[in-house]
Amino acid sequence: MSAKKFEIRISSEECKGCKRCVSACPKKLISVGKVINKQGYFAVTAEEPGNCIGCGSCFYQCPEPGAITIVEITED
Amino acid sequence: MSEKVKFGRSPVFFETFNRKPGVAKKNMHYCPGCGHGILHKLIAEAIDFHGIQKDTMFIAPVGCAVFSYYYFNCGSISVPHGRAPAVGTGIARSQPDSYVISYQGDGDLGAIGFNEFIQAANRGEKITVFFVNNSNYGMTGGQMAPTTLPGQVTTTSPYGRKVETDGFPMKISEIVNALEAPVYIERVALTTTANIQKAKKAVFKGIKNLKERKGFSLIEVLSPCPINLKMNAEEINKFIEEKMMKQFPLGCIRDNSETAVPYIAPPVIRDAEKVRETLFPRRLSEGVAADFRNESPIFDQELRVKLGGFGGQGILSLGKMFADMARLRNFNVTWMPSYGPEQRGGSANCSVILSRNRIPSPMISRDCDLMISMTQTAFDKFGHELKKDGILIYDSSTMKKPDIEAGVIFGIDALQIADKKVGNNKVANSVLLGALAVILEKKGYLVGKDVADYDKVFEEAIRECFSKKPQVIDANIAAYEEGKKAALENL
Repeated sequence: MSAKKFEIRISSEECKGCKRCVSACPKKLISVGKVINKQGYFAVTAEEPGNCIGCGSCFYQCPEPGAITIVEITED
Repeated sequence: MSEKVKFGRSPVFFETFNRKPGVAKKNMHYCPGCGHGILHKLIAEAIDFHGIQKDTMFIAPVGCAVFSYYYFNCGSISVPHGRAPAVGTGIARSQPDSYVISYQGDGDLGAIGFNEFIQAANRGEKITVFFVNNSNYGMTGGQMAPTTLPGQVTTTSPYGRKVETDGFPMKISEIVNALEAPVYIERVALTTTANIQKAKKAVFKGIKNLKERKGFSLIEVLSPCPINLKMNAEEINKFIEEKMMKQFPLGCIRDNSETAVPYIAPPVIRDAEKVRETLFPRRLSEGVAADFRNESPIFDQELRVKLGGFGGQGILSLGKMFADMARLRNFNVTWMPSYGPEQRGGSANCSVILSRNRIPSPMISRDCDLMISMTQTAFDKFGHELKKDGILIYDSSTMKKPDIEAGVIFGIDALQIADKKVGNNKVANSVLLGALAVILEKKGYLVGKDVADYDKVFEEAIRECFSKKPQVIDANIAAYEEGKKAALENL
């Protein structure tokens, strides 16, 4: 039987630090990081990206096209 | 173990935004937390889902979304402020296979282009309009917009919007709901995930209606503008949920998507010849070679011609003949008519300036080289504008000889001649042109080849001027000849 898992991947260089995703995540996985990216923003990070439930809330809250990607991992 | 992207960058966006200046080629230019990015993503997803990317025309407004063509990998066009529905109409009708998305802000749609928008909605154009309502003019720095809430502070309403003087916010969706034609109207908000999911459904329906040619769809989107409103992500969501939604209640206002009959556009007629004819009237006369220059010294200077009379005498046509004559002999020329609202009667005059150089202004208020006056009133009004050595030609059947100083003063019974000899009192203007041709020659204004040429060029100008009304050309040529004859007798 195959098990499904989800993972949040955040491209920190594309993040503008608006924090919309931080309050949207139902599992509170996302928080503001400590590193300033090239654009000058404190980019968000996902602390335990593997605990993602794949709801897509953060993706739809994020105004950037590719800053947040959620992948579905199927284990055989 | 296998991986697949569940939520990620839409293929409707360019992979890298190479049209965008700067180094951040993966990012949009919008401020942090802006609603445009969220809506762009929803629209991109809907375009991708319905498979219309290849034929989509995305109309970028004036406003923050003016650079949306950096991002959407589909047909794009930037239009002047507020004109998106008008341009969209043109595209949708001339390219019936295209899918036109008009994307507009509240200043663009609610104020500057409101008429274009409401007319397009009333015509039921087969386009989908996304109306981004963020309660202020975002791009220019947060000025008061038609959708600004009562009491809301903006840079142009520092004490808050006063409804007594500034009115109430415009409820665009409700206004559109008063029209018959629109098929689908819904107001959504980009705040909580639940509201964004509702917005996504509305966007998908709007794009579906577009794909199925159901008719005009409007999706009003309450969108966060955290920077101009000086709020963070949570505060702006609260502002929209608690303040904006009171004024602009969310929900579907109309949905006739299911019952609307898909529109089948009639075949587009592409008649290049007809277009050319309308835009560029066919030239009847050949004119002269591009390097032709007149020999007479009179043409070395700028020539200013004023023609005055009353409406219906053909005074504007006479000016047009001058302008055509000048064009046929490679002058730069301006023709500036001025007339009352009535088609017959009332005063009419026009200013014609011809020059070998640039003409700085088409207006004439003094130093006129040639004046043709067909009524006493016109002369009383403009007589003082004539130069001391200028030429005055007047219709002696309608006015008496004026007592002024001028190089040449010549009266001719233009109206009488036109009526008696040509049998058409509408061609008095050409009689005056005939008189002018004679005066230019006999008074020594013309030298060399120009003497013979100017007999010809006035005739060419008449044919040119009336190229759209060929039935009157013969009468005008006859009047021109009669004018020459009469002038030769009396000079």
